[in-house]
Amino acid sequence: MELLLQQVLAGLATGGIYACMALAVVMIYQAIDHLNFAQGEMAMFSTFIAWQLIQWGLPYWVAFAITVVVSFVAGILIDRVLFRPIQNAPILSQVVAFIALFSILNSSAGQIWDFTIKSFPTPFGHTSLFGSTLIDTHEAGMIGVTLGMLGLLYLFFRRTRLGLAMRAAAANPESARLVGIRVGWMTALGWGMAAAIGAVAGMLIAPVVFLEPNMMLGVLLYGFAGAVLGGMTSPGGAVAGGFAVGVIENVAGTFIPYFGRELKLTIALILIVAVLMVRPSGIFGRQAVTRV
Amino acid sequence: MIRVTRRTILAAAPSILTVASLPARAAKKYDPGVTDTEIKIGNTCFYTGPASSYGTIGKAMAAHYKMVNDQGGVNGRKINFISYDDAYSPPKTVEQTRRLVEQDGVLLDAGPLGTPTNSAIWHYMNQKKVPQLFVSTGATKWDDPTHYPWTIGWQPNYQSEGRIYAAFIMKEKPDGKIGFLYQNDDFGKDYLKGLKDGLGDKAKAMVVVEASYETTDPTVDSQVVGMKAAGCDIFVNTGIPKFAAHAIRKAVEIEWKPLHILSSIGNSVAATLKPAGLDNAKGLVSDFYLKDPNDVTWKDDPGFKQWVAFMDKYYPEGDKTDAGNVYGPSNAATVVQVLKQCGDELTRENVMKQAANLKDFTVPMLLPGIKINTSPTDFAPVKQVQMGRFDGTQWRLFGPLIAGAVT
Amino acid sequence: MTAPSDEVAAKEGVARTPAPARVGRSAIVRGDRGRRLAILAAVIAALLIPIFARGFLTFQLTQVMVYALAILGLNLLTGFNGQFSLGHSAFYGIGAYTTAIMMSRWDIPYFWTLPAAGGVCFAVGFLFGLPALRLQGLYLALATFALAIAMPQILKFQPLESFTGGVQGLVIDKPDPPFGLPIDADQWLYYFTLAVLLVMFAGAANLVRSRTGRAIMAIRDNPIAAAAMGINTALYKTLTFGVSALYTGVAGALGAIVVQFVAPDSFNFLLSISFLVGLVIGGVGSIPGCLVGGLFVLFVPNIAESVSTGLAGVIYGVILLLVIFVMPAGTAGFARILFARLLRSPKPEGRSR
Repeated sequence: MELLLQQVLAGLATGGIYACMALAVVMIYQAIDHLNFAQGEMAMFSTFIAWQLIQWGLPYWVAFAITVVVSFVAGILIDRVLFRPIQNAPILSQVVAFIALFSILNSSAGQIWDFTIKSFPTPFGHTSLFGSTLIDTHEAGMIGVTLGMLGLLYLFFRRTRLGLAMRAAAANPESARLVGIRVGWMTALGWGMAAAIGAVAGMLIAPVVFLEPNMMLGVLLYGFAGAVLGGMTSPGGAVAGGFAVGVIENVAGTFIPYFGRELKLTIALILIVAVLMVRPSGIFGRQAVTRV
Repeated sequence: MIRVTRRTILAAAPSILTVASLPARAAKKYDPGVTDTEIKIGNTCFYTGPASSYGTIGKAMAAHYKMVNDQGGVNGRKINFISYDDAYSPPKTVEQTRRLVEQDGVLLDAGPLGTPTNSAIWHYMNQKKVPQLFVSTGATKWDDPTHYPWTIGWQPNYQSEGRIYAAFIMKEKPDGKIGFLYQNDDFGKDYLKGLKDGLGDKAKAMVVVEASYETTDPTVDSQVVGMKAAGCDIFVNTGIPKFAAHAIRKAVEIEWKPLHILSSIGNSVAATLKPAGLDNAKGLVSDFYLKDPNDVTWKDDPGFKQWVAFMDKYYPEGDKTDAGNVYGPSNAATVVQVLKQCGDELTRENVMKQAANLKDFTVPMLLPGIKINTSPTDFAPVKQVQMGRFDGTQWRLFGPLIAGAVT
Repeated sequence: MTAPSDEVAAKEGVARTPAPARVGRSAIVRGDRGRRLAILAAVIAALLIPIFARGFLTFQLTQVMVYALAILGLNLLTGFNGQFSLGHSAFYGIGAYTTAIMMSRWDIPYFWTLPAAGGVCFAVGFLFGLPALRLQGLYLALATFALAIAMPQILKFQPLESFTGGVQGLVIDKPDPPFGLPIDADQWLYYFTLAVLLVMFAGAANLVRSRTGRAIMAIRDNPIAAAAMGINTALYKTLTFGVSALYTGVAGALGAIVVQFVAPDSFNFLLSISFLVGLVIGGVGSIPGCLVGGLFVLFVPNIAESVSTGLAGVIYGVILLLVIFVMPAGTAGFARILFARLLRSPKPEGRSR
């Protein structure tokens, strides 16, 4: 029982990482209706920028703020320069464009900052929480920030006109244009926000997994799994999904005999797929109903 | 009678000179890739892809060969070092190696990197009879001259390291419970086998937790937590730097203080210990065969100073705290020695013969006392290691040189 | 003005080439015959290459054909049937391992392993297609992605090690040319792969042009209308999954024979991504495009590396983006537009994808 509790707690701690990433993934999905494979790399690159600023002597929070702003702008630029020209191309072509972006970001980060792992500071410190040795203040802080961002996003989308305009633009671009919404800029704004959230996610995740160009690959996989599990239409669901993935993986790895040790990733994914069988749009997702 | 004119003398000159130089050494015999002025050698390394942190090894090797060329080359020939990226993908390694052998026409493959990547070309190289020289991996299977006479390893192999850890454990904590962390990979399992073989009958009782990780895992927290919960008091940590660092930090976070043994793969101060937190790494034990550039013991050591000068001049952008940049030139220096020993008989067969004929050869960055020895039945060049303990700032070597060759 | 040419097009059964509005029947026949000549010329060129090329180039082209076949498998599922799959590396791996195990453990000659690999993969694909029926778009992508990620772990799984060779992988011997033909092993493998390729490409082309093919494409274009017209969408979708897996599995088997080595980590999701890239570059829904895709997947990373080892990824990404910008519908789409312009029609009725 003690071990189960420990693994669940450890799973929640790791799950916090996935939840953070899942939130960013769902954000961009809601803004542009596609899955952005390069989300992780954008977050990684932003985190490197922050690291570099800190290396040059800037205090943490200044570097943090600058990075978020720079990422926001970069997100908008990427949308305008890269995706506007191909927005009418088939979906798969756009997916390949994301793959290209992934490759570019990963390779340039490796070239500029090389591949040795670096430690990244955390504003929350690494002391243990409530005397427990399993969750420390940083992991708790990460979960807190994730939930906080979730809350802010909820308020933004549900309670502000701009948020409403963005949702309209993503849901039905033609009708949105008809009522005067600048759909192009809504998409760009969505990209900017997703990039900024990604940057925050990266800066929260890096202290745990160590900063290096390949740090986001595994996280993106799990974040994606969590987002799908929770439902791509529901940011709250995605966050919950992220936590769930962390816990499932840890528990499966420890307790399922014989298979668990080596196949824990496989088992976690099988469970997720099984859930999708029952609820094809994710646990909290909404079924998209299309008119014939 | 041929009229002897200036033209005929000039035409005859090359043959006269060749004949004149013949008695000085054995007849020149060249295999593909060799001319009077050049020796072409090949290499594959991961410059891109998930394991690209090792790419610096290839770059350091290239820098070493450049230095050798600047100093006059090998017996008057410059080394043309061609290195291709295989992104840690075995099919790509096959393609790039075939390109080296069949298109570029290299004499040999010098220090190709990676275990599955070298496994992929193992048969090909032996079938084509091209030397697969001093492969940059510690898998035990490269030491097999009877079945694979064209392949030879270089560093101490993982199984012998595993046995050395077992011996150390038997001495320090013979009744302990071991938690073993390994990458779900060729080399991880090799280490495990060596450890278990070294423990013999006690292996089953002592190795309580065998926890693996994949390179896509974000952390290894769950594995470490499980080990503490199972009551382990010995931790054999064979992860690559990123995961070794995680494990070190997590162990401290959950207040678990086992006898913590790091493998030589993950013991770099810069790559592993610094990110993990130097204080967290106090008391760690590991094995070494190369000098750690962070160790101030070598401050005045001539070999070390030589290496620093080499890095400054030929690979200034290389990280002087990265162990890969010590490995690369040391491996390359061994290749150069083999080529030197070949003299003018630069055939592939002679290359392997000389590779199996290294006697007490040393390179500047090997630990003092470690000598490279090979023979036709012994394809394990570097066999010796020394144990070291981390004191919070650097590794302090202790004990004698330990030899452990497993065939 | 479109009605007559539609009738004509329907009569000729030409489903894939655009029917230019004001060009008559003779142009269509000419286009068809032109295409047949082009195919013949390509085949003859392919037959002659190994005689003049060195062993290494022959080896590379053999690999190109293997990838083209794998991409064709993905194309059948994603391009023609609209089911998004990121998991084809798993089928490729299953095919490769089937061959490797049969050849190295049971000493079965290599040509028998191909139908075996195909059969195993068909079964796996079909079985996977059944639950996949419930999933759409992104969720199906995740499910297939899960398969791709799980495959290396399963292959490394300890209890299966006696079969799979575990992380060490399995080595395969290169097959020798039969009947003592005066060609070397590389050339023989090239011709063997070419033969398999031609047969399977012809099979796919046939399938696409048949009623089954039209049903499959109808499901992609409008599943509800297709069901309303009486097409058994569930059956066709799972069958397509099976056939698609079969194609990629046979490609994997060939790939294993060509490379002579299989290891679990070679068949990871990055391979799936390569197939996807090859599919899009070649042209989704285009059978000849798969060859272009194969060429791209093999050669462009090498080109990127030769420009700069450190920034190879950047160059590769830039090349990809340029290709997508210039040819958003892939090479086949681009060729179609080019062709239509050449035939000087007012409004080329190309496919929208």
